[in-house]
Amino acid sequence: MSELLETVTGRDFLREICTAAGVSGAEDSLGDLVEKRFAPFIDDARRDVMGNVIMRRRGSGADPPILMLAAHMDEIGLVVTEVDKRGFLRFAPIGGVDPRNLLAGEVEVLGEENLPGVIGVKPPHLISPDERTRAIKMEDMYIDVGLDEESARAKVQVGDPVAFRRETFALAGDRLAGKAMDDRAGVAALYAAAQKLASLRLEADVYFVATVQEEVGLRGAVTSTYDIMPDAGIAVDVTMASAPGIPSSIDAEIGKGPALTQGANIHPRMHRRLREISERERIPHQQEIEPGHSGTDAWSMQVTQSGVPTAVVSIPLRYMHTTVEMLSESDITNSGVLMAYFAASIDRGFLEGFYDSST
Amino acid sequence: MTALRELSEVPGVAGDEGKVREIIRQQMQEHADEIRVDALGNLLVIRRGSPDLPRLMVAAHMDEVGLMVSHIDKSGCLRFKKVGGIDDRVLPSTAVRVGCKQVPGAIGSKPVHQQKPGEQNKVIESDKMYIDIGASGKEEAERSVSPGDYVHFATEFEEMGDGRLKGKAFDDRAGCAQLIELLRSDVEVPLYAAFTVQEEVGLRGAQVAAWEIEPDLALVLEGTTCADVPEVEDHGQSTALGEGPALGLMDRTSFAHPGMLRGLIRAAEENSIPYQFRRSTAGGNDAGPISLSRGGVPAATVSTPCRYIHSPVSVMKKSDFENGLRLLSAFLQDIERGFRP
Repeated sequence: MSELLETVTGRDFLREICTAAGVSGAEDSLGDLVEKRFAPFIDDARRDVMGNVIMRRRGSGADPPILMLAAHMDEIGLVVTEVDKRGFLRFAPIGGVDPRNLLAGEVEVLGEENLPGVIGVKPPHLISPDERTRAIKMEDMYIDVGLDEESARAKVQVGDPVAFRRETFALAGDRLAGKAMDDRAGVAALYAAAQKLASLRLEADVYFVATVQEEVGLRGAVTSTYDIMPDAGIAVDVTMASAPGIPSSIDAEIGKGPALTQGANIHPRMHRRLREISERERIPHQQEIEPGHSGTDAWSMQVTQSGVPTAVVSIPLRYMHTTVEMLSESDITNSGVLMAYFAASIDRGFLEGFYDSST
Repeated sequence: MTALRELSEVPGVAGDEGKVREIIRQQMQEHADEIRVDALGNLLVIRRGSPDLPRLMVAAHMDEVGLMVSHIDKSGCLRFKKVGGIDDRVLPSTAVRVGCKQVPGAIGSKPVHQQKPGEQNKVIESDKMYIDIGASGKEEAERSVSPGDYVHFATEFEEMGDGRLKGKAFDDRAGCAQLIELLRSDVEVPLYAAFTVQEEVGLRGAQVAAWEIEPDLALVLEGTTCADVPEVEDHGQSTALGEGPALGLMDRTSFAHPGMLRGLIRAAEENSIPYQFRRSTAGGNDAGPISLSRGGVPAATVSTPCRYIHSPVSVMKKSDFENGLRLLSAFLQDIERGFRP
């Protein structure tokens, strides 16, 4: 581990990657940033054809087990579909975007040069009472980049991705809000795990993977898992946290530690180990029940090649898929520390247990 | 544009204009014969000028639309009411600042994953929304905020596109910035500048300011509606960006005084200053109460077109702002040369 490489605090890292643009399918520059920041804590890194950042920390084992820890670095966004006669841009969504969150929002059009823009809205003075009660459809919205048609066409191409803009900001306690916490919070948890692992004895080879295209179908995890072919894998992603107006069935709370998911996507032994380690290391944690699709990279990971034992570590998050996604920083750190101890606990013996019918 | 940057970013929701007033007062100190603050909070900056010329009141309002905390939930989330005209549809997914300590908060919304089919066609009403400051409960929230706290949008001022500006509260900090420039310029006309309060909640400040000033003539400087955007027919656009300052003809509170309007048009044409008419009669501004003050005052409005006003982020063009200033100087010179409406 080189002493020459710069390290940053977990909070600075989170702020930096959340503010950066990395819409699904256009994660390249974000991937460079992630790779640069992880460099002090890993032995080697590579990028696959999809753009996944695959970073390895070698273990000391002779025939080391392989553990994959994955978080997706892509975020939801928009894509330019038309430059109109007055230079306004029409757009379509990338990933699950609620059009009601868009009006008067600030964006960045990622073309030849990055252009700031605003999603326009009629002033209330010019809106009829009837109009006020209707939600505006995305196809009726437009981005204003402050350019006439000619200049807009010179700088913006149809197909250019568009990222939301929001500086990450600190709230009460250790809470933070901003865009793309889903799932840069997970990438930050990997960063915390990598930092923690620097002081732990490690037998397994640990792959930290910042995946791409999760928001459009868990795609980056498909190729990266195939490539690594881990003996076990964990996806760390955000999960819906309780908030006023959210159904009471959602009971994960921000600030109460990582939620350890249980369900078909999670191998019971993986879950049990995570829970045991949380208790042993006194890491606060909560339970999350998800019988079917976990909605995370673990869903792809689990069915790679002949199958991978997987687990999901979830960071509770409010207002998912808005530009004010809110979480508690301690949940990120605790998720990272938990994964580090988990990684340090993996040896050949643990793996053999997966194929024991008595699990 | 440094004045406008500072003026745009400072909070000043209607009824809470103190911070805006202090910035302007400090900048005006050396340019005024007299500075007064009245009972409502209007800032009056007076340059007495020549006693032979008519007394001109020029008004720009300091207040902006925003929110006010009405209740703190058990969960620590803040319920709010709107201050001035805000479309509920611009509020979800917004960053705000609460109270005089400017506590950061967010207006979130339900994740798409949790929504029922068709839910996205329904407008979320503001009384179903709340501001989350990250407090873990009511007690923690009460340590930093309380009901009655004003809330403003957290928006940074920025230049964008070709000569355009982005920021909050251009309605009417654009007018305030023009009025500051006017007070700094060399004019003979007795200039009674009124930086008014509470325009957005019923044109309240201008009414008492006009009574106090007792002007012979009045001009109102506004940041006005501009909807030269897709999905709006030409006739519904009110004004267009880049076509110069907009002269008001009529709105819900007044007609432009015909003589004043003629004078402004003449000043624009004789000096080749681009101008446009405000092609909407919606809304009202300080010219309403000023024109009805005492026995009546000839009044007119010169506006800078601003897209997306009354939302967290508006966009205006520098050239409109500058041409508005040129028009004002030309008009004032005409008064000095003897023009009377």
